[in-house]
Amino acid sequence: MTATLGATDPGGRPLAAVLRAETRLFLREPGSLFWILVFPAALLTILGLIPSFRKDDEALGGRSVIDLYVPVAVLLAMIMAGLQAMPPVLTGYRERGILRRMSATPVRPSALLTAQIVLHGAAALGSAVLVLAVGRLAFGVGLPRQSAGYATALLLAVACVLALGATVCALSRTSKVAAAVGSVAYLVMMFTAGVWVPVQTMPDLLRRIVEFTPFGAASQALDQAALGDWPGWTHLGVMVVWTAVLGAASTRLFRWE
Amino acid sequence: MPIIEVNEVRKAYGGRLAVDGVSFHVDEGEIFGILGPNGAGKTTTVECVEGLRVPDAGTVRVAGLDPVTDREQVTRLLGAQLQESGLQPKLTVREALELYSSFYPEPADRWALAERLGLDAHLDRRFGKLSGGQKQRLFIALALIGNPKVVVLDELTTGLDPRARRDTWRLIEEVRENGVTVLLVTHFMEEAQRLCDRVAVIDKGRVVALDTPAGLIDRSTGSTVISFTPSQPLPDTGELSRLPGAVSVSADGPDGRITVHGDDDTADAVISLLAAHGITARQLRVLETSLDDAFLDLTEQDT
Repeated sequence: MTATLGATDPGGRPLAAVLRAETRLFLREPGSLFWILVFPAALLTILGLIPSFRKDDEALGGRSVIDLYVPVAVLLAMIMAGLQAMPPVLTGYRERGILRRMSATPVRPSALLTAQIVLHGAAALGSAVLVLAVGRLAFGVGLPRQSAGYATALLLAVACVLALGATVCALSRTSKVAAAVGSVAYLVMMFTAGVWVPVQTMPDLLRRIVEFTPFGAASQALDQAALGDWPGWTHLGVMVVWTAVLGAASTRLFRWE
Repeated sequence: MPIIEVNEVRKAYGGRLAVDGVSFHVDEGEIFGILGPNGAGKTTTVECVEGLRVPDAGTVRVAGLDPVTDREQVTRLLGAQLQESGLQPKLTVREALELYSSFYPEPADRWALAERLGLDAHLDRRFGKLSGGQKQRLFIALALIGNPKVVVLDELTTGLDPRARRDTWRLIEEVRENGVTVLLVTHFMEEAQRLCDRVAVIDKGRVVALDTPAGLIDRSTGSTVISFTPSQPLPDTGELSRLPGAVSVSADGPDGRITVHGDDDTADAVISLLAAHGITARQLRVLETSLDDAFLDLTEQDT
């Protein structure tokens, strides 16, 4: 046993080691992996199995319900990652004294939080790719025509949801509170992302309001890019502002103990 | 040469003064203990040394560096075992050792450390599944993993069984033999007596005594305790309290057992007195007071 023990020394830089360890831990959370990576694509599949949802509809501008649900499923993955999975992890790290233990080493405890934020963001983007692939391969939903615009909107939406999740952690004293606050925010975000009623089919006034929420804006931006236009600057701007405000709020308000 | 210097440190939490002007220094290679009742400010004091808290007033230096402004350098040469800290529940012992050793430029041999602390059989166990004692031993390993010059151990052996406790004491002695300075917070007198070169007793945020363990014991009044059960009642117990050096006399228990606090002369005098009355002392015990008594003496005075 000692031979195998002494032989390998991963070495490497501390931050890389933190990221590696946190990646392993992330992969040990089957619940999070399911809700972030499997559920959105599975939901799209189930909806796609309903024949009428695959038919183009005049009322939807000649598109099918499933066309509209691809961006919804993409946003769902992000909401799952940023608001459902991440807040309890970050608050748990504070609550269990994990950040405290790390703060007595040369590495700052923020490295742990950063690693978790990066991992949840990466999982959300991975899930988005999976959803696009399922939409394309199983139901013939065209890939986004304005791919650079789509990627931009996607990255901004991820940044926005991670900043929102981080703010939930910063404001919650315990992981129980974080889970509760996260769930409320999660339902609101699901609505504004168009999970129940796609944003594009919402009544005019409601849609205009929803467009000023992070996911209402994201939903519109993704939809425009999917159709081949560069996403509207207002929508991108809404996401930038939310990300900046929430990001600043969370770093300012976060309690380390 | 002092490697840790604490000067007039003050720290308040929400108006309540936790540390009220604590000063001490620890020499290189010394094992220095901090003793005190719960809530006396021991942990806050060492947290200032570790750089986890910023003192409201006063200065702290570790190897001449400020633990707050020179955080990175100080954390490289200071290992800490903290109270109320944890690791990721699903991180295994092996991964924890690998992760933490990657933080230091010249880490210790982590597998030797794991073996020394009896963790080698649990390397693949997750932190959340470890027993209290195993967690404690892992934290001791993490405190030592960076090959520190100074280790701060807060409640080192809490949660350990007597055997593990003794093993840990031996480990700390070995660590010191390698030239490492040890700052130890404890409430086990036996631990302080066995390990520490010098001890600071902290009460209500202040240092009330600073001496070697033997010095603290000598300082306390009535450092010799004589107890016995007389074969027949003494005609006048007042005679005992008039003996040379006697500080206190108490009789308790149904069998009339008598306890006299005094010094070595008192012990002799008690025996002569009993002989003069033709009384036999059954179960005669002459003991030195422990650090325990000295501690109670020191921390009781101002309550």
